[in-house]
Amino acid sequence: MYLSRRARMLLATLTFGTLGFIYVPLIVVAINSFNPSRSFSWPPQSLSTVWWGRLTESNGVLPAIATSIKVGLGATAIALVLGTCIAFAVSRYSFYGKNTLSLLVIFPIALPGIITGIALNTTFHTFLDPLNKELALWTVVVGHATFCIVVVYNNMLARLRRLGQSLEEASQDLGANIFQTFRFVTFPLVRSALVAGGLLAFALSFDEIVVTTFTAGPGTETLPQWIFNNLFRPNQAPIVNVVATLLIVVFIFPVWLSQHYSQDGSAGGRL
Amino acid sequence: MRTNRFNTWLYRHKSARAALLLALPVLWLAVAYLGSLAVMLVSSFWSVDSFTGNIVHSLSFSNFHTLLTQRVYSTIAIRSIGVAVAVTVIDGLLAIPIALFISKVLKPRFRSVVIALVLVPLWASYLVKTYAWRSMFADGGVISWALKPFGLHGPGFGLPATTITLAYLWLPYMILPIYAGMDRLPNTLLEASSDLGATARRTFTSIILPIIYPAIIAGSIFTFSLSLGDYIVVKIVGGTTQLVANVIADNVGTAGNLPFAAAMALLPIGTILGYLFIVRRSGALENF
Repeated sequence: MYLSRRARMLLATLTFGTLGFIYVPLIVVAINSFNPSRSFSWPPQSLSTVWWGRLTESNGVLPAIATSIKVGLGATAIALVLGTCIAFAVSRYSFYGKNTLSLLVIFPIALPGIITGIALNTTFHTFLDPLNKELALWTVVVGHATFCIVVVYNNMLARLRRLGQSLEEASQDLGANIFQTFRFVTFPLVRSALVAGGLLAFALSFDEIVVTTFTAGPGTETLPQWIFNNLFRPNQAPIVNVVATLLIVVFIFPVWLSQHYSQDGSAGGRL
Repeated sequence: MRTNRFNTWLYRHKSARAALLLALPVLWLAVAYLGSLAVMLVSSFWSVDSFTGNIVHSLSFSNFHTLLTQRVYSTIAIRSIGVAVAVTVIDGLLAIPIALFISKVLKPRFRSVVIALVLVPLWASYLVKTYAWRSMFADGGVISWALKPFGLHGPGFGLPATTITLAYLWLPYMILPIYAGMDRLPNTLLEASSDLGATARRTFTSIILPIIYPAIIAGSIFTFSLSLGDYIVVKIVGGTTQLVANVIADNVGTAGNLPFAAAMALLPIGTILGYLFIVRRSGALENF
């Protein structure tokens, strides 16, 4: 398509304008984390690292990070197993309800988190109340695993479709049984897709707050919940800025890593 | 050799292999998750005893009666759908020029750099990004500071702040499918259009738009449904604004009314399923 110079300039301006829209709020948070003033004021009068030094003494941040990591690891482990099973079944076999199942996998993430959250909340209460048990950490893991399955599934399905079955057939023709074929042929070929799916599942879980809110027991506080609970407390604002800046930097890394691992070009991988 | 016999049996029985693979996921998704959704739907017909606060497990239409007769709920419903539509339109208007610029104007070697530049920060934590907009819209925040020399005030916390923040959050869900759609569009088609005398505008409306239409719809499914279900953003930057998801969230918990929350939840579920049903024919759903 021939685009006039003016049209190209217009598109470039719009693109860089949107880049500004994307970056300015994040840069503001990063600058604010160096603002020594306790009250929120823009622009900062001076810059200092005083709040960065107080990160570890602030109550609740480190336990919240530990909780988030535990939940993320648990949910990722479950999602890896279930997502891989569905991806194999959908790509290798034909069965009744295949289309329904591939739609059902998307459901927990396509429906708003609040719907999944209160649905699980109702069910947990129905089963746990008669046993006199409360919501706890494992209920959060179950909730997170439910919506993490889809990212593992998508990454694996893309890889399995690309691979085809000829190598597996060759392995079996040469006398390997099903488990040997999986262990020595299929698994090495899908390993990087598993890593990519797992990283994205972990990132998704680490970031989640809505399902968490409705499935967490008393005393269970993940990092996003900690941020949300401290956001409205003026005293904690400087520490929230520091944690937020830290997260901006930390988050970008797994996403970059997972893009590096998945060569399937599945739309950014997250969905 | 028991394992060998098991292996042989598995090798011979394809359906057994499929069943083994599917047992656990189906139990989790179809029984536990769909079951939970079903229980929630049924619970919308229950009610809460106003004296004891216990849930009464008998058929009652009182929740729906309240929802349909009290004006405040229809106002909230219309406002929520309005926000979701506005977010979708804003994201579409931002995403199309970016996708067009990256895939058709930029030289290939710059493409991956710019797409990364656009997408990577948007994968930063959801809560951090929302918090970032709180610093932008706050009293004495960046926006009011920037507008001050012009004698203007920032919009503060409220509906505009909520809409802008939601549009910011869901932008990558719109950019990704549209960029993928444009990338698949062969350049020869655009050259043919130019050679036949079409202006850039005509090429855009007659060639590009019809081809990327399913991608736009795919993106809109996310921006629309994510906006409709969000209650965190409106709590952080919305001031006193009430949206459907707020009402649902506030009714869950010991002090709340779970059956009423479930009844209210039917609105976003119904709207989203209705939207999926309408766009089903566009081919957007195959893009997932």
